[in-house]
Amino acid sequence: MTDIFFAAPELYQLDPNPLHAQLAAAADREGLLDVAYRTLDTPVGSLLLAATKQGLVKVAFDRQDHDAVLAELASLISPRILHAPARLDPVVRQLDEYFAGGRHSFDVPLDFRLARGFRLSVLEHLPEITYGHTESYAQVAAAAGSPKAVRAVGTACALNPLPLVVPCHRVVRSDGSYGQYAGGEEAKRLLLTMEAA
Amino acid sequence: MIVKPFEQIVAEHGPMVLRVCRAVLGPADAEDAWSETFLSALRAYPELPADANVQAWLVTIAHRKAIDVTRAQARRPLPVGEIPDRPGRAETFTGDLWDALARLPDKQRLAVAYHYLAGLPYREIAEITGGTADAARRAAADGVKALRSTYPLEGAHS
Repeated sequence: MTDIFFAAPELYQLDPNPLHAQLAAAADREGLLDVAYRTLDTPVGSLLLAATKQGLVKVAFDRQDHDAVLAELASLISPRILHAPARLDPVVRQLDEYFAGGRHSFDVPLDFRLARGFRLSVLEHLPEITYGHTESYAQVAAAAGSPKAVRAVGTACALNPLPLVVPCHRVVRSDGSYGQYAGGEEAKRLLLTMEAA
Repeated sequence: MIVKPFEQIVAEHGPMVLRVCRAVLGPADAEDAWSETFLSALRAYPELPADANVQAWLVTIAHRKAIDVTRAQARRPLPVGEIPDRPGRAETFTGDLWDALARLPDKQRLAVAYHYLAGLPYREIAEITGGTADAARRAAADGVKALRSTYPLEGAHS
């Protein structure tokens, strides 16, 4: 019955992909683009970058499963999510500069809505650890105002929604070993080696 | 509550909506109708019930957009009986299935597009276009019969 349509190549030559950018731009213009995202290839693998209208809200490593991260953003923030690279242009430029060795800190608007309470105060301290330096979990706990909350600092770093830009990779164990990292220990080693060079 | 990222809706249903817009409106207006359909869908998306039929929902929106477009063009009441020569990308298509579709009476063209290109059951087509499911079924059958005579694909249904 549907042989007419199965045999019609013109049906399948229609490709909506060129229309996608136009849709994303219109959605942004009309205030309907609650979360814009794109991916970026870096020395630590493919990164998912997502931004609300307020700022960068999520950076995720490949091993965190980008599809799962997008589903999580849909339920925590809004399902109005589109692949819309333009909003991420500034952070992409700065990440490229960072991985080329020419940038030591990030200057883009950040949306911290995915972190609260003590976890947020840990994240707010992390940018004070400067490029090429590290602090122990205990030092960060003290700086965040709760010297005994060493484990909680570990959790805050592990759940940091904005790794790299908020440099949780600069927090290491007291014995100097790298410790856990959302991007994997190898990624943490790569970043700290790069920053130490 | 809907939790699937809208991007996934566009990826899954974008080609279907474009085929439907192309069949219903012709080449000149199909792309704008596609964009407007998904923009409207994005606006309403957070309120869409989790068990909603997304395909039927999108075709319903596209149908309304098509009515808007053709109403805006005062000389051509919706739906059009015959699509005259219009600027567009028609020359990039090798077949003439689109032309054959455009020559169908409105009811048949919509029934064919919504059933065969969008995959909707006749009951849902009737809800979108009005009328009964049986009428939609007859219109689709008549439309396909007419297509066979005007769009004879060699070897396709021998």
